[in-house]
Amino acid sequence: MTVGGLLVSLPFIWMVLSSFKTEREVLSIPPTLFPQDPTIEHYVHLFQNLNFDVYLINTLIIVACSMIGLFLNTMAGYGFGKFQFKGKEAWFIVVLLTMMLPGQVTMIPTYLLLNEMGLTNTMSGIILPGLIAAFNIFLIRQFMVTIPDDLIEAARLDGAGEFYIFTRIIIPLSMPILAVQVILTFIGAWNSFLWPLIVANDEALYTLSVGLALLQDQNVTNYGLQMAGSTFMVLPILIIFTIFQKYIIEGFNVSGIK
Amino acid sequence: MKSKWTPFLFIGPAVLLLIIFSFVPILIAFGISFTDTNLIGLANWSKINVIAFDNYADLFSDKKFLESIGNTIFYVIIGVPLAVGSSFMIAFFLNLIGSWLASTFRVIYYVPSVTNIVAIAVVWGFLYNQEYGLFNYLLSLVDIDKVPWLEDPLVAKLSLILLAVWKSNGVSMLIFLAALQAIPRVYYEAADIDGANRWQKLIKITIPSMSFATFFVTVTTLIGWLQFFEEPFVMTDGGPLNGTNSIALFIYQEGFQYNEFGYGAAASFILFAIIIVATLVQFKFRKSDQTL
Repeated sequence: MTVGGLLVSLPFIWMVLSSFKTEREVLSIPPTLFPQDPTIEHYVHLFQNLNFDVYLINTLIIVACSMIGLFLNTMAGYGFGKFQFKGKEAWFIVVLLTMMLPGQVTMIPTYLLLNEMGLTNTMSGIILPGLIAAFNIFLIRQFMVTIPDDLIEAARLDGAGEFYIFTRIIIPLSMPILAVQVILTFIGAWNSFLWPLIVANDEALYTLSVGLALLQDQNVTNYGLQMAGSTFMVLPILIIFTIFQKYIIEGFNVSGIK
Repeated sequence: MKSKWTPFLFIGPAVLLLIIFSFVPILIAFGISFTDTNLIGLANWSKINVIAFDNYADLFSDKKFLESIGNTIFYVIIGVPLAVGSSFMIAFFLNLIGSWLASTFRVIYYVPSVTNIVAIAVVWGFLYNQEYGLFNYLLSLVDIDKVPWLEDPLVAKLSLILLAVWKSNGVSMLIFLAALQAIPRVYYEAADIDGANRWQKLIKITIPSMSFATFFVTVTTLIGWLQFFEEPFVMTDGGPLNGTNSIALFIYQEGFQYNEFGYGAAASFILFAIIIVATLVQFKFRKSDQTL
């Protein structure tokens, strides 16, 4: 087990250690394990010459917007979980159907659609198509169903508005499932690659992963620099994941995939 | 307060966005798969012609597409059993040691699946490098010649599978773990009284109790491997000699590198059909094995 664990984490260990090696040392044979004279020149290079600051801001914008998307998902999950209305079944089937589609089928037409709307090569074009995820609506709905109706009725009798009930009662009650969703949404948005690559032509709109792919193309042999870029990309996820992993793993049990 | 419009205020925004960006695109994709839509047609709609089934007919005489189908089948045949088997084994052993140590390793095994694919490709590209890569160095220590990890069509396919299995184990492992922990302890206690050994307990209790989890993981893994895309896209771009190209990557190339939108959309419907058939076949198998 220990050996397996080491093998699985080997690429990460190698990545971090190599990112602090000088350009010459990275390519030395036999390879060294620990950097002989550690340097942060690659990290400085990323920000001074390679626009990683712009990519970082774009990525953070996408992360922030994905949280709005999560809020809309939660609203929809609540709507489907706690209201009776005409056509509910039909709308829910529409939601579930979109879940079963391979991404490749919608890739081309979504691009054409954005092109018609004049949204290609804009931030909105990068963000909008990924804002809503049917699978998340489904998971949130499953949770919402378990909230007692009496609680909502009592609040209505006290004269609370629908949106007030949602933000002040439902959301706090849904924290177990929402905590997981927040982390997974963060990870997804932070890692978003293919769609920004397709929609953004302008380097000012690139995300970190698109920037990293560009870096790999342009600095084919500078592995130290590539490893620094990867480390910068991976480390925040590793830290957040390690802190919150308990919720994610519990979340798999909450969502009932057993 | 509550009017008949209230529920629509809650589901409205999400459903509207889903319809625009997921539902309508299916219809558009289906429509343009019967046309010769490309970059010229995009600028001037009158240049778009309806060509009925020509795209579909062309695809089945397109050598590159047929190779991509072959590669995808190769990925599925080798990758699915490997991915399901290894995540089952990891979950099984993690469940055996069951302690704080297990939760540490659970995190370690899960981490690759939350990691950015580009970063992974960059790091593994370095590890796989024929001259300076760590893997070939380690092999040279035990006197094995340099392996052309990404330079030979067949080896490159296997290298990508290795990388993808490494990356995908986490999620399946968690599902298997949850299923393992849900098996009632009394089954094992009863088996102990009957004098069953470890192997018998695994074969007669553990594996049968996990049939639903195994089925779920197999179906989702299979669907995932049929759509195999990111690894070949960032590591090899389909090469060498088209040896690692997959159907999904082919669709991307036709759509966004050659701007043959109609042709790409037709290919995407073939992929869609393959996925549906493969999933239905599995459900069929499951039904028949339950009636036995």
